[in-house]
Amino acid sequence: MNLTLHVWRQNSRESEGRLVEYKAEDISPDASFLEMLDVVNERLIAKGEEPIHFEHDCREGICGSCGMMINGIAHGPLGGTATCQLHMRHFNDGDTVFIEPWRARAFPVIKDLIVDRSALDKIIQAGGFISVNTGSAVEANTLPIPKPVQEMAMDAAECIQCGACVAQCPNGAAQLFTAAKVSHLGLLPQGQPERYERVVHMVETMESFFGSCTLFRECEGVCPKEISTKFIERMNKDYLASKFKPTKEPVTT
Amino acid sequence: MQLDSKIPPGPLAEKWSYAKSHYKLVNPANKRKYDIIVVGAGLAGASAAATLGELGYNVKCFVYHDSPRRAHSIAAQGGINAAKNYRNDGDSVYRLFYDTIKGGDYRAREGNVHRLAELSVNIIDQAVAQGVPFAREYGGALENRSFGGVQVSRTFFARGQTGQQLLLGAFQALERQIALGTVKQYNRHEMLDLVVVDGHAKGIIVRNLVTGKIEAHAADAVVLGTGGYVNVFYLSTNAKASNATAIWRAHKRGAAFANPCYTQIHPTCIPQSGDYQSKLTLMSESLRNDGRIWVPKQQGDTRKPSAISEGERDYYLERKYPSFGNLAPRDIASRAAKEVCDEGRGIGSSGRGVFLDFADAIKRLGRKTIEERYGNLFEMYHDITAEDPYEQPMRIYPAPHYSMGGLWVDYNLMSNVPGLYVIGEANFSDHGANRLGASALMQGLADGYFVLPVTIGDYLAGQFGKKVSVDRPEFAEALSGTQDRVKRLLDAKGTRSVDSFHKELGSIMWDKCGMARSADGLKSALLQIRALRDQYWKDVRVTGNGEEPNQALEKAGRVADFFELAELMCIDALQREESAGGHFRVEYQTPDGEAQRNDDEFLYVSAWEYKGEGNEPVLHKEPLVYEEVKLATRSYK
Repeated sequence: MNLTLHVWRQNSRESEGRLVEYKAEDISPDASFLEMLDVVNERLIAKGEEPIHFEHDCREGICGSCGMMINGIAHGPLGGTATCQLHMRHFNDGDTVFIEPWRARAFPVIKDLIVDRSALDKIIQAGGFISVNTGSAVEANTLPIPKPVQEMAMDAAECIQCGACVAQCPNGAAQLFTAAKVSHLGLLPQGQPERYERVVHMVETMESFFGSCTLFRECEGVCPKEISTKFIERMNKDYLASKFKPTKEPVTT
Repeated sequence: MQLDSKIPPGPLAEKWSYAKSHYKLVNPANKRKYDIIVVGAGLAGASAAATLGELGYNVKCFVYHDSPRRAHSIAAQGGINAAKNYRNDGDSVYRLFYDTIKGGDYRAREGNVHRLAELSVNIIDQAVAQGVPFAREYGGALENRSFGGVQVSRTFFARGQTGQQLLLGAFQALERQIALGTVKQYNRHEMLDLVVVDGHAKGIIVRNLVTGKIEAHAADAVVLGTGGYVNVFYLSTNAKASNATAIWRAHKRGAAFANPCYTQIHPTCIPQSGDYQSKLTLMSESLRNDGRIWVPKQQGDTRKPSAISEGERDYYLERKYPSFGNLAPRDIASRAAKEVCDEGRGIGSSGRGVFLDFADAIKRLGRKTIEERYGNLFEMYHDITAEDPYEQPMRIYPAPHYSMGGLWVDYNLMSNVPGLYVIGEANFSDHGANRLGASALMQGLADGYFVLPVTIGDYLAGQFGKKVSVDRPEFAEALSGTQDRVKRLLDAKGTRSVDSFHKELGSIMWDKCGMARSADGLKSALLQIRALRDQYWKDVRVTGNGEEPNQALEKAGRVADFFELAELMCIDALQREESAGGHFRVEYQTPDGEAQRNDDEFLYVSAWEYKGEGNEPVLHKEPLVYEEVKLATRSYK
């Protein structure tokens, strides 16, 4: 199949970017979207031009490296998939495709389609963990966990930290990402001791980098792991409840 | 070169306790005076960096990703083994030890493997405490399933995302240490050389992948947790960026490379569909719990699978290995698939594929149960192939997946270069010639959480007051060497892309150093690789420059190292005139086509010493001593 691409090219964080048109010709419908870009890049190299830079690694939809706005939709039209798992058979011959980097103030462009998502790690550093040093764990079956609780925690824990939720949000908010981690840990019995200080520290760090949530729910629609916004409700409840609990000061980096 | 495995004295089951009781210790107040560099933040690197931070050491952790959570451990699907015996099915630490030794075709060290089996239970405890949401029974207890090469159910799992959840546990522990200031994290930094001062590993050279700046970092010890090297085959189940540069640079600085020819070809991957293919996708081994593998009995039978009746199908694993059936170990299952395809009974348009069929399991257990167990894998298969595995069997074929070989380490996980530690897939230590399923996660975490943080103190205690700074001439030399190499790649200004060379190298390796190897094939591969490498340095085209993000340049350096490693793999495969595990030499097989070991002549670890460009590497042998297990022909019949 043949496509016309309009791809965002930007040399570095400081330089100006622009959309550049490329022809992607003779592409197999069984190729993945990133493989289509590989083919385009090989042809660019053959012409002596720099390939389109994009982040990618596992190409199995789990590492969270890849992601781009495809015709204005984070990870493209399919829903429930990361860009690497989107295949060309979901496009039509002759399509025009606009490819841009994640759009969010918290994610500055590094080059072409590569953005800096380090603000997400900052949220984890603020409390997205259970404080247990190696060696101090009790026997694993000491603590029975009801299967539905474990399943729900797992639904939240599947987040791949790709940043699509932020990119799609009109406010550039990171509520879905933060809520997923708050809920994963806050649902489990192991996560209870730090439950309320965790939510406070993570939410406050989130607010310092990202926009605010106004319940558009665009995030849920593009999440490759289909993480539900019900976790945002859960996070908000925990955040409110935290006001009535003793918490300690956050650790600062 | 002296290779001392430093296996502790005493009975097998007490070696680790003995070692722990006799290591030198660093006093808690002194730990913060030591700097440790950790390269890589997969299961091994992240768990090590976090634990070293908890102990109070000053850690610098380097990854080439944008976040430590991207490491390829995240893609591990099926599970992690542990000898908990929660199923009451006769499992024990000894049985896990024995299964791993046998699974590795008697080419691993007894002492290391026993320690691994002992620690397996602590890993599960640690992961659960961190909040890893392992699958549970309705009563709330942890659930288990079976994996290949064993007859007990000892595999713990979190849907089909066990690696992801375990890595997130380690990642979160690491982020906690970063927040506490014990670990300084360097994302988007790639290690390009090791710095050795007075014979000790004292630092690394890295390239900042955003600014292009090449920098030196000094420390009291260096830990490499940089993963495996099967991307040498170009098409593999590894992530696109997975590479051998860190361990290969360390090898060129004096670290011995052990058993490079031991690579694992995983039996259940989605077959290649075209030239554009950039990687192969694994379908978890756990599928073999319920899926049945078959091909048509007739050659060239291209009918739809549903049109082929029961009597016309050959469930070849069940036929050849009745006691293990579809759960035969990976090396055996892969070779069996190759064999039926070589006979002309392969399926799919290329004829390189076999069916993995769930129809019986769906009939027996219902679609809902199958969905619960493998839902996400079925979806992934459907996304990639546009075929529905609930309705028709999956098509699968073997693909390079894991490297058992790696840098040589002693029992303490230290290489022969003092101060250089190697953990996880990057070392060679625990899987012999073939790794069992669900054992990679176990080894990475055992090394990172429980072994290295203890053993490294024994070395550091003797290094007090011996700090070096980056002002030493060894750093300047390594720095300028790295800069020259980058410049050479950029200046080649040839006509061919890095990928085109990498694909060609991969196809040589797959044909001649893949599932079946022969002396003639390996010799011709060596000639081809050398010729292609020469051409590479003359004709590679690396666009862009060194002062900004440049993915073509990153790839170019990695592929240059793959060329040299590929050569060593072939030399090692040629030298090992026997078949063992994943290393199958066609000249050495039993009458029924199984691997024929030669314990009289090859019961050793091959550790190769680098002797400079253009010189043959030198082989050092570490004899394998079996005190507990009786050597036997591996049988899964």
